[in-house]
Amino acid sequence: MTDKLKAIEEKQKAWQEKFRQLKERGGKFMTVSSDPVKELYSPVDLENFNYDRDLGFPGEYPYTRGVQTNMYRGRFWTMRQFAGFATAKESNERYKFLLARGQTGLSIAFDMPTIMGYDSDHPRAFGEVGRVGVAIDSLQDMETLFSGIPLDKVSTSMTTNAPASILLAMYVATAEKQGVSSEKLNGTIQNDILKEYIAQKSWIFPPEPSMRIITDILKFAKDHVPKWNTISISGYHIREAGSTALQELAFTLADGFAYVEAGTKAGLNVDDFAPRLSFFFNSHMDFFEEIAKYRAARRIWARRMKEKYGAKSEKSLLLRFHTQTAGCSLTAQQPENNIVRTAYEGLAAVLGGTQSLHTNSMDEVLALPTEKSAQIALRTQQIIAHETGVANTIDPLAGSYFVEALTNRMEQGAEEYFAKIEELGGVLAAIDKNFFQKEIADAAYRYQKEIEAKERIIVGVNEFTQEEELGIDLLKIDPEVERAQVQRLKQLRQSRDNIRVQNTLEELRKAAQGTDNLIPKILDSVRAYATEGEIIQVLREVFGEYKEKAVF
Amino acid sequence: MEERKIRVLVAKPGLDGHDRGAKVIARAFRDAGMEVIYTGLHQTPEQIVEAAIQEDVDVVGMSVLSGAHMTIFPRVKELLDENGADNIILMGGGTIPDDDITELTEKGYAKALFTPGTSTDDIVAWIRGAVQ
Repeated sequence: MTDKLKAIEEKQKAWQEKFRQLKERGGKFMTVSSDPVKELYSPVDLENFNYDRDLGFPGEYPYTRGVQTNMYRGRFWTMRQFAGFATAKESNERYKFLLARGQTGLSIAFDMPTIMGYDSDHPRAFGEVGRVGVAIDSLQDMETLFSGIPLDKVSTSMTTNAPASILLAMYVATAEKQGVSSEKLNGTIQNDILKEYIAQKSWIFPPEPSMRIITDILKFAKDHVPKWNTISISGYHIREAGSTALQELAFTLADGFAYVEAGTKAGLNVDDFAPRLSFFFNSHMDFFEEIAKYRAARRIWARRMKEKYGAKSEKSLLLRFHTQTAGCSLTAQQPENNIVRTAYEGLAAVLGGTQSLHTNSMDEVLALPTEKSAQIALRTQQIIAHETGVANTIDPLAGSYFVEALTNRMEQGAEEYFAKIEELGGVLAAIDKNFFQKEIADAAYRYQKEIEAKERIIVGVNEFTQEEELGIDLLKIDPEVERAQVQRLKQLRQSRDNIRVQNTLEELRKAAQGTDNLIPKILDSVRAYATEGEIIQVLREVFGEYKEKAVF
Repeated sequence: MEERKIRVLVAKPGLDGHDRGAKVIARAFRDAGMEVIYTGLHQTPEQIVEAAIQEDVDVVGMSVLSGAHMTIFPRVKELLDENGADNIILMGGGTIPDDDITELTEKGYAKALFTPGTSTDDIVAWIRGAVQ
């Protein structure tokens, strides 16, 4: 320790004496992840801090300060509001509404049957068609979804995992119909099956064939959809399921490294696919903890990709990410307050250097957003961009004793989790042992107990409560939507060339039983208007279904 | 004679995987001294009712965040009644708008429905009251 630092430490000790004689307000001083926070941070907390090694400059290794040289001085983040409901026609109208109001990218929410690989007329889809997203059964629906939206002009993110290959194929086929070649397409499929087993639980096949589909996508996209983000490695759902910020960070990056290992094991060069991997994080209420999480994420990814996985291309080192504000932080009570929560969360994401952002609507805890609440949510990030001034300078919180100490702590904590996961035999083995699921359930329960014990105050929930009538309108999905979608599907099954459908599905089955890349076969089936459910059924028959060991 | 523990089936119907609430409430019931059976995800109404009868539970608690509550609650209630299990108390929680809660409880499809933010203590107390 230098003399200068020693002198500061002495002074700090004296200050601490004074501080301890004063009464503190009640409650625990901890982050939203129950991590204790000290009353003061100073140079003493950053004893071994090395600017060059730990931060560097924006767009330079280890990218702690951001992945681009000019960050928001070049352009703002992409404002990408997640939307989708009812049928392709209604959702298409909502996308046009959002684009007309200045949104710069699309993000598609699918309904549960589409997410789980069931057609709208499957018995398991009953009551769920178009409820939490848009129902997409075939290429026909996809064509309607993007009608009047030129696919060479927008970038589109699709929240799809187990059936990601099929929805990507539908997107490519829709572009073909618009005369746009697949090389020009910009967008993202979530395609992160590991976090499905860990947290979001929308799986279909067991892990092994699921990982094969993913590596098939990586190979296909490299040659045919080179600008596409092939996996959006997601912490969002891990957090929503109740994890801490550190768990979100560590488990997500561990998943990321597992994909890198799977890709290289499948014979790909790491630099051929790693540049197309992107990330998706949550932004919860604890402002500084979130910012530290994003900064640590960039640094960890860059270091490991370079040092452990031998990436040579600079693009492989860049952790680019989308952020969504925390749905789980919103309250059903006094829902207008959620506008305020979302604004702070959005601000944290921007100060953490996000590449794109979804700000939640105030009513999402109750229903899908109305047009009005969706507009306020978009306006929230426009206000952050244009009015707050936070985007004028890059990574403005760098050098803050607290933020840098927290960033270091995040990195160390993540490294400890990586070691533990390794010890358990890797991500798939840890899933099988329920390691992640248990960690998350423990954190979720602790959080709930803290609220009930009032160790944590949530405005309007356990303090400042009031009797109220809900003062906002909610979006209702007409049950007629389901009937009409089922009807359209029936007509499609009658009007298409069913022999061609059968033949393409048979080709797909053969590929699944062998080792050929599945994606070209899926694309052929999609072009023949085979439905998502039919394609999944073929794969389900070959690959089987995943069953979870349910624990609580 | 030792008092029989309250038996609860925590069920997760529908296609969605939002099991945070179901798991938290299952633990809270267990901590409150109840016998808890958790079905796991993606259960059909038929599977839920079969489990409820087989496990001889007093209460079925369903967690629904998929927006499908208006079809799932009536269906499970109907199946319970058809199978002579109308003594089992059906309740639940999730992202359910007020109007739908009123309709489901008034028509008897659910005894009580709780929305996000409800304290687990309140739900435990409600169950104790309802089972007696």
